[in-house]
Amino acid sequence: MRRKISLKPITLLLLLTAFVSFGQDAHHNDEPKPDGKAERKAYIQHHLKDSHDFGIASYTNASGEKKHIGFPLPVILWDGGLKIFSSSKFHHEKTVAAVDGNFYKIYHGMIYKTDAVGTINYDDAHHPTNVKPLDLSITKSVVMIIVTALLMFLLFGSLGKSYGKNGGIAKGAGRFFEPIILYIRDDIAIPNIGKKHYKKYMSFLLTVFFFVWFLNIFGLTPLGVNVTGNIAITFSLAILTYLITTFTAKKDYWKHIFWMPGVPAPMKIILAPIELLGTIIKPFSLLIRLYANMQAGHIVLMSLIALMYLFNSIVGSSLSFFLSFAISLIEVLVALLQAYIFTMLSALYFGMAVEEHDHEEAH
Amino acid sequence: MEKLLGEFSLGLFIIQTVLFVLLVLLLKKFAWKPILTAINDREEGIINALDSAEKAKLEMENLQADNQKLLKEARTERESMLKEARDIKNKMIEDAKSEAQEQANKLIQQAQAAIESEKKAAMAELKNHVAGLSLDIAEKVVRGELSNKDKQLELIETMLGEKSLTEV
Repeated sequence: MRRKISLKPITLLLLLTAFVSFGQDAHHNDEPKPDGKAERKAYIQHHLKDSHDFGIASYTNASGEKKHIGFPLPVILWDGGLKIFSSSKFHHEKTVAAVDGNFYKIYHGMIYKTDAVGTINYDDAHHPTNVKPLDLSITKSVVMIIVTALLMFLLFGSLGKSYGKNGGIAKGAGRFFEPIILYIRDDIAIPNIGKKHYKKYMSFLLTVFFFVWFLNIFGLTPLGVNVTGNIAITFSLAILTYLITTFTAKKDYWKHIFWMPGVPAPMKIILAPIELLGTIIKPFSLLIRLYANMQAGHIVLMSLIALMYLFNSIVGSSLSFFLSFAISLIEVLVALLQAYIFTMLSALYFGMAVEEHDHEEAH
Repeated sequence: MEKLLGEFSLGLFIIQTVLFVLLVLLLKKFAWKPILTAINDREEGIINALDSAEKAKLEMENLQADNQKLLKEARTERESMLKEARDIKNKMIEDAKSEAQEQANKLIQQAQAAIESEKKAAMAELKNHVAGLSLDIAEKVVRGELSNKDKQLELIETMLGEKSLTEV
């Protein structure tokens, strides 16, 4: 009960800072320009995407000049050789960066190779046809991933160490997570994978759970970015689940895919491609579920915040405020829930891979 | 779908995969393994402790039963020992009594025999004594009688008379 109470003011504080930092931008952009709606939409779209500099807030000053608060991040490109330069060269995605005689420009969050004036050529469907160099930059998302990884390493590393020092009893901040680790072991891993095989999957399951959960929570803070709502991140997590499932699969798993026992022969031939497709659809559903949930949560939350400025009246704006407050609380729940679902389903797929059948005729 | 692909950044994917795999491996070595081992050890410790407590309880009960049995045995033994001692005591008393009786009887008998023989001896002595005395008296009397001639003759006369009379 105590813990719950003490968390409330922190959440509230974070939310308020969120409103303030988002609000500043929307507010100041809103008034001088007639097309506030498009501006807000663009702002939301921009926030959902990864970014090459770590923006905290931006505003337009009295002379109509747009100011950004934040810091640039290093850009690392592989374009016939390694190119490393600061993202400040793009001047907040406005200008062309010239590096070693090559010119780069950011268009919709992606770096394209252009000519000196930054011309971007489009195809019929309005897609840029410029060359996209391999972008290994330390983007905002990467910064958050590193921060989360460090946090996890410190938190769980100290928890792991504290057992030895205290005679098998956890101590410190990591103590709060011990029941969660136990829950993942006893209620996610063991029931889905089985007592015999669960041990080798525990590291992945635990890491994925806390990684997704922490990043989801970071995404809700005003400084945090939408990392788990980025398709590349969820794709990476899902493909790891797929690879682990495929490479640890036992004979029975493949048998059930290619030659389903207990089914007439023609059906076996029809079932094989469906089952094979199923192995890919399973992790694909994982990646889409996490991505869509987090993306949608951010869109809803930011739209509601934007609504406050759209209404621009005491009644409408305060209504919108409480609505966005309620949605924020729900998002905290969703953050945990999505981490749980991702871990749970991963465990389920691992369980399928190592399941052993001794009942040939049962199917 | 096209929008999704448009948003997909290969570089971010590579970085995320590398970082995540690294994180899994590092955490496995420095966190998950020690944590899970510690938790497992603790759980096993709890199970063992409960088991041994249960065992100790059983042992305790056994011990108590044993104690009870021993106590009972000791009690019966004491009882029997006491009984035996009592018997021995009684027997000893009995024996002593009978022996004493026997001894007393024997002593009495001996005493009686001694008295008898003493009595006999005394009687014999008395007889001898009396005989001696009477002989002395007789001697004196005779001596007195024989002091004059008449008397001597008289005596011989009587004695002879007596003799003949008694012999007839």
